[in-house]
Amino acid sequence: MAGIRTYSNTSSTREGLNTVGKEALISMLKKMVLARRFEEKVEDLYLRMALISGPCHLYLGMEAVAAGVSEALTRDDYVLATYRGHGHAVVRGVPLERIFAELMGRELGTCKGLGGSMHAATWKDANLLLATAIVGSNIPIAAGVGLAIKKKKEEKIVACFFGDGAVNSGAFNEGLNLASIWKVPVLYVCENNQYAMSLPVSMGFSTSIAERASSYGCATYVVDGNDPLSVYTAAKEARELCRRNEGPCFIEARTYRLKGHGIYDKALYRPEEEVKSWTSKEPIENFRRRLVEEGIITQQEYDEIEREAAERISEAVSRARASKYLDFSSLYNLVYP
Amino acid sequence: MRELTYMEAIREAISQAMERDERIFLLGEDIGAYGGAFGVTKGLLEKFGRERVIDTPISEAAITGAAVGASIVGMKPIAEIMYMDFLPIAMDQLVTHAAKLHFMSGGQLKPSFILRTQYSLGRAHGAQHSEFLPSWFLQAPGLKVVAPSTPYDAKGLMNSCIKEGAPVLFIECAMLYRTKGEVPEEYYEVPIGKAEVRRNGTDITIVALSRMVWEALAAAEKLSAKGIEAEVIDVRTVQPIDRETIVSSVKKTGRLLYTSDEMATGSFGAEIAAIAMEHAFEYLKAPFTRVCAPDIPVPFSPPLEKEYMPNGEKVYEAALKIYNF
Repeated sequence: MAGIRTYSNTSSTREGLNTVGKEALISMLKKMVLARRFEEKVEDLYLRMALISGPCHLYLGMEAVAAGVSEALTRDDYVLATYRGHGHAVVRGVPLERIFAELMGRELGTCKGLGGSMHAATWKDANLLLATAIVGSNIPIAAGVGLAIKKKKEEKIVACFFGDGAVNSGAFNEGLNLASIWKVPVLYVCENNQYAMSLPVSMGFSTSIAERASSYGCATYVVDGNDPLSVYTAAKEARELCRRNEGPCFIEARTYRLKGHGIYDKALYRPEEEVKSWTSKEPIENFRRRLVEEGIITQQEYDEIEREAAERISEAVSRARASKYLDFSSLYNLVYP
Repeated sequence: MRELTYMEAIREAISQAMERDERIFLLGEDIGAYGGAFGVTKGLLEKFGRERVIDTPISEAAITGAAVGASIVGMKPIAEIMYMDFLPIAMDQLVTHAAKLHFMSGGQLKPSFILRTQYSLGRAHGAQHSEFLPSWFLQAPGLKVVAPSTPYDAKGLMNSCIKEGAPVLFIECAMLYRTKGEVPEEYYEVPIGKAEVRRNGTDITIVALSRMVWEALAAAEKLSAKGIEAEVIDVRTVQPIDRETIVSSVKKTGRLLYTSDEMATGSFGAEIAAIAMEHAFEYLKAPFTRVCAPDIPVPFSPPLEKEYMPNGEKVYEAALKIYNF
């Protein structure tokens, strides 16, 4: 069994922070803030303004995972996301109005309004290839993308995100095994937010997720998924392993969703103490505090990050709302290429 | 002209395509060193190497998923699922992903690959290794589905499938693998979505699929001896359906019979009947009928399986009945 490496609390020491440049730290902070404020706006547009409908799974509280991994990837790398994908779309730089418009079902949307929230994180210009709504199914697809990269001798990798629930799907076993025997450059990132909808990890697993992954023979990491720097450090290392033909790699990022599974879920199945404990570890406030404490940014600079995010979001919502709906007759032309 | 078996025709199409197109690679169970469970890919590993002829573990979902993944970034996989009965394991990737991705991504994603499979009814393979299930895929817009009946069509349709931008399910028939027919060595295409009239007739239209095309032709000869001229249409493509060829034949003959190795209820034939009702109702002189398998799982016992299967004799009897309606 390959060893399991652990990265946590990397941001908590000056030494840890010094392992990357100031630019990368600020970039991750900006990504997290933008993803957080984006989801808060989505909640508002959905619940208060009724501009969004259908299933909607917010990324609130998990921002450090997408931000950390995305910081370690290049623009050419591919990403496969899931139905909880708004955060991935935001950090990959998908135009915000495109994501909002997709959630509203409008033509300006990433998928012309035909995908909705669960598929909004599909944007080829950002190499975001797929956001699947079938748990676990992107895992074998990632093996295929990795195989294509290897065949074409490209300098890329593909990062494939999924939740803890996906690890118990049959597709996980088939996909991770194929990727492992093919030695393809895939970085599997399990966003372990402790619940598969309402099922706690303790009821779904008899071993740890990382142990399970490690048994396939791929380099495996357990990271504090609420610390972007821990995530980044593991992802950067894993990316290099993938590029040296030592892939696939696996990261189990331990994190927590601040809210329910879907937008209407009040998450009453979670013990109050647990929620309180994880909420105190939520990623943005802690990372902001550390960067200010160490003088990497000033409070004023942080306020500017918040202001800029608010402005971008507000403009994007206006542009999305101005978009029309696709003409029904054009649907027939989209069934076949 | 040179003759090839149905199996050789498929192999030749794939081999020639791999020579001209570097993007093509094969993946599936026992397709390399073993040459395919039925021998379709025999020799291709030796010719193209392990990089392009990939033996996989028993992972139908991942084989199909990997084909989806490789094709959305520009490769052209030809994947094999050994028996059609194993397709349900790959259904999520084929139906819920491959078929829908182009549509639900607003046209951004183009999963373009071929999934080859075969059905073995007639070979004493029992209930889990014999099913012919084309109608399942009628509810999967975005997917194309073909089922050739001749060596010529097998090669020509394979060539079209390789050129096709959509994902294609290519259904072979094990009972036809050793049948022979004329097959040109040079490149040609048989278009997807176009049925072929195998025999002209004026009295009854027999729409047949895969193996039953041959049985229908035998029945037509017998009917002809009785002075009844059957028009036999090899429908060839299940999705998209060639409505035009079927409807114009029904308008001419006024009678319609469907035959294939499927179970009758919910078969592709039910859709063919609906097409006739929708587009040629006033031309029908007799009720539609179908000659398929009964609605029970395939029995193993060879004599029982033989009784279970549709054949030319059953087509002949059913045709006589509606002719004399």
